[in-house]
Amino acid sequence: MIGLTEYLTVAAILFTIGVFGIFVNRKNVIIILMCIELILLSVNINFVAFSTHLGDMGGQIFAMFVLTVAAAEAAVGLAILVVYFRNRGDIAVEDINLMKG
Amino acid sequence: MFSVITFYALAGIAIAAAFMVVAARNPVHSVMFLILTFFSAAGLFVLMSAEFLALLLVMVYVGAVAVLFLFVVMMLDVDFVEMKQGFLQYLPFGAVVALILLTEMVLVGAAYFKGSEQVAKLPDDGVSNLEAIGTLLYTDYAFFFEAAGLVLLVAMIGAIVLTLRTQEGVKRQDVSKQIGRRREDGVEMLDIKSGEGIGS
Repeated sequence: MIGLTEYLTVAAILFTIGVFGIFVNRKNVIIILMCIELILLSVNINFVAFSTHLGDMGGQIFAMFVLTVAAAEAAVGLAILVVYFRNRGDIAVEDINLMKG
Repeated sequence: MFSVITFYALAGIAIAAAFMVVAARNPVHSVMFLILTFFSAAGLFVLMSAEFLALLLVMVYVGAVAVLFLFVVMMLDVDFVEMKQGFLQYLPFGAVVALILLTEMVLVGAAYFKGSEQVAKLPDDGVSNLEAIGTLLYTDYAFFFEAAGLVLLVAMIGAIVLTLRTQEGVKRQDVSKQIGRRREDGVEMLDIKSGEGIGS
């Protein structure tokens, strides 16, 4: 029987791969955005696993909200990326220091 | 027994595909592996009897977000091979951090939730998953639902405003200018004598 622990382990591994991807692909913004999507997916798996485990539908509702925010984030992130590429002709992360923050 | 095999197959595919998202050389392949990851995760959701979320995941992620990524990857003319340069340089550091993170999370999960068996289904009182979500979403979480809609609206307007480009030299209809135009601006009355014409 597959218990809660197995699902949490899968989610933890996916989360770790997402963080690992952000570390190793530091030059490519598109891959970084995809890694953020992976991290949010692992959060969703956790939400749904606990929702089923505790018999509470609230977890699935929140997974839906996470999905909403992930979609919005992807749209705005990619829009920023397109504008940046239009202005600079490149999407190298290291050059994104125009604001000197 | 069959559900156990299905779980391990789906989980294995999801993890392998997620790793390939990170490791693939070509970003188009990365997007494809991202789609595979989301499909497998949708399968996991079905195993957890969250059918509606599984379908939502396929529709939103595979149908919208992945296609968006694909569009952007293909639209940008970037040398992606060069972007892979720092991969080996950051690999040891990233691996160490990832391993520590994974060990911590798995230890917490194993220590705290060990032996807690998954209940096979949500308390089944004759309502489907979709019906339960709908009932909860439009009553207890109605304001959150509207806030989610607001988030999407803001994201949509933001994306449009960011990528909007006003080009010079394009003739457009200007309604206020049209309405504000009067007879004196457009018509000139001339008294032309015969044989002279109006040229210069």
